[in-house]
Amino acid sequence: MTLVASRERRRTAPPRGTRRRSALRRRRAYTGALYAAPMAVIVGVLFVIPLGLMLWMSVNDWPLLGASSPNGLKNYKVLSDSLLTDAIWFTVKYTIVTTVVLSLISFGLALLVQEQRPGIGLFRSVFFLPAAVGLASASLLFYSLFVNDQSPLNSVARWLGLTHGTVDWLGTSNHALASVVGMITWRFAGFYMLILMTGLQAIDPQLFEAARTDGANRWQIMRSITLPLLRPSLALMLILSITGSLLAFDQFFILTGGRQHTATAVIAIYRQAFIRQDLGGAAAISVVVLAVLLIINGAQLFILRRER
Amino acid sequence: MVTSIGRRGVLASVLVAALALTACQGGSKKGGGSGGTKAADDGTTLTLWTRAPTQAFTQSLVDAYNSSHKNKVKLTAFPADSYQQKVASAAGAKQLPDILASDVVYAPNYASKGIFADLTDRVNTLPYKDKLAPGHVKAATFDGKLYAVPHDLDMSVLFYNKVLFQKAGLDPNTPPTTMQQVYDDAVKINKLGGGVHGYFFGGDCPGCMLFTTWPMIWADGGSVINDKGDASTINNPQAAAIYSLYRKMFGEGLTPASVKSENGPTWTQAFTDGKIGIQPFGATALQTMKEGPALQVGVSPIPGLNGGKSSFVGGDVIGITSTSKHTDQAWDFISWTLSDQAQVEVIAKNKNSPVRSDLASNKYAAQDPRLVTFNQLSTEGQTPISVNFGQTYNDPNGPWTSTVFDAVFGSKDPAQELDDHNGSISASLSGGG
Repeated sequence: MTLVASRERRRTAPPRGTRRRSALRRRRAYTGALYAAPMAVIVGVLFVIPLGLMLWMSVNDWPLLGASSPNGLKNYKVLSDSLLTDAIWFTVKYTIVTTVVLSLISFGLALLVQEQRPGIGLFRSVFFLPAAVGLASASLLFYSLFVNDQSPLNSVARWLGLTHGTVDWLGTSNHALASVVGMITWRFAGFYMLILMTGLQAIDPQLFEAARTDGANRWQIMRSITLPLLRPSLALMLILSITGSLLAFDQFFILTGGRQHTATAVIAIYRQAFIRQDLGGAAAISVVVLAVLLIINGAQLFILRRER
Repeated sequence: MVTSIGRRGVLASVLVAALALTACQGGSKKGGGSGGTKAADDGTTLTLWTRAPTQAFTQSLVDAYNSSHKNKVKLTAFPADSYQQKVASAAGAKQLPDILASDVVYAPNYASKGIFADLTDRVNTLPYKDKLAPGHVKAATFDGKLYAVPHDLDMSVLFYNKVLFQKAGLDPNTPPTTMQQVYDDAVKINKLGGGVHGYFFGGDCPGCMLFTTWPMIWADGGSVINDKGDASTINNPQAAAIYSLYRKMFGEGLTPASVKSENGPTWTQAFTDGKIGIQPFGATALQTMKEGPALQVGVSPIPGLNGGKSSFVGGDVIGITSTSKHTDQAWDFISWTLSDQAQVEVIAKNKNSPVRSDLASNKYAAQDPRLVTFNQLSTEGQTPISVNFGQTYNDPNGPWTSTVFDAVFGSKDPAQELDDHNGSISASLSGGG
């Protein structure tokens, strides 16, 4: 059907036959809306309404117990609190370090396990296994490894010659950062390895053969073929990893409780809500964190999807 | 005309909407906060929360009550450094237990925020109401109404190991009476070696540090909070001197290196194992210590740098939550814990201090001179009061934690560190921070 013909049809009144067809179209639209209704209700109740409530709370003086009253943008003053800026700075530092380390390691693992070789299934399973442990459980597990003087980690460190006694895994901000990054890598590397592996396997092997016959070396293949074609998987991995790191809570709450300047943004929100008993302030911080996440994810999607 | 598939769609969306509405309901249910003063023992199951350090104490009372009453109390204990959040989030979700035991320093906050039910009329029916520990009663009073009663008294006291004193050539019956002497004794005990150290403290535990070092400051004539509880006064020379001494002891190896990361759960472990010469902590720890060839416990009031004595009269208060539906039964338990039977045969028998001054010289205290020291200190110590105490001083992310950590382990002079941090503590106390 050409554009002109469809435009002509719209200008005149529909003949009898098409009236029944538009009735059918309306019924289809109505049925479609009904199919979508349950999902719409779920999204509305679990996402839209809480989001709206949070925005409303952020402009109210809303104590944990007691009545609330509007107070304009006063809650947003809590953003200048030094504890919060400390937490935000630490969260950014943690996100950068984790993203770099996790990307490199999971990409490396994906390259290793992508080819179908005998026994490769075992390796893939072993690398993926830590993902079966919940994050809070993994944090508790590593807490006992980090805090105990007799921990096997200390024995390994001694054997490697890094120390003579015990290592202070969680005592200072930088030590705790390194330890948590290590734990997170253990936990998530297998998961992201899977994502990247699927992306790698989707690349047509003929492209590699063609490049090799043209005389390209490994780095050139990586730069010109692998990475560009891996873009969607990389985008997914980066979005999940960066969002997860910016919202880090379980691991720091359990391992350090946020002490020694290891509080993250969500720990700051939690503290504002339940220790300072100020839900309005906590909502204000949440709105800002949400805005930052939207900007970062938007930028990532833009950069990584550009050539599609 | 809707097709059969469409009808199913309608049914599905109605079901989801119904589920969503039931999830939303949580409307305000007013608790059974009756103004009555009766106690009822009718076989109800009551829930009780307490913080982990107090668990042994509360459990002994619960066991004794359950075995002699129809009501049954179910006790749950939570770690101390997350107790505030636990109670606050439960309060927000209206899921508090029937009875709540809380650190006495949180009492002003809970009383003012309506977490506890008003107990004034009920307490007025008790013949010994004027003998209840005054510091605790004051902390739990808000706007002229009493919201909780004392549960346990935990005075901070200087503990020392008589076995190590003897080995180091010190007289086990002459404990140090100044912090300067504590230092000198610790030096001698440290020389024993073999994993033994002279002193210990919880360097990363804000609650432990205030509990044990504030009495030293008070004994020297210094202060920590102003009377109204809304400003910090800790940047004074007495406090600087105490933290300088701590810095010196840590720097000279008189304490294990692990004190720097000790954040509370195991801060009395080394002493209980007989590895520490002198350490201040709470009197209620005495009941959990097993004495033997490695450990013979002596106690002494916490001194200042140059003498004097004081104590942080801490511990817990206990009250009925404002959302409880079993107020009469809850009062039966609480009033029983204050009775002669509970105070003498359970609390004093387990080497703790009764919360009633008319029972201070009970038959068990007479047997153990250490209990006499505890009971005396309960009237000679202080219980600081501030509505925002918890978020300022107990929160691991609060201003006090970094203040005391920097004062002891920081790079600047302790007086300078205290000066630098004092403003942030005051800001938090006044509710702005």
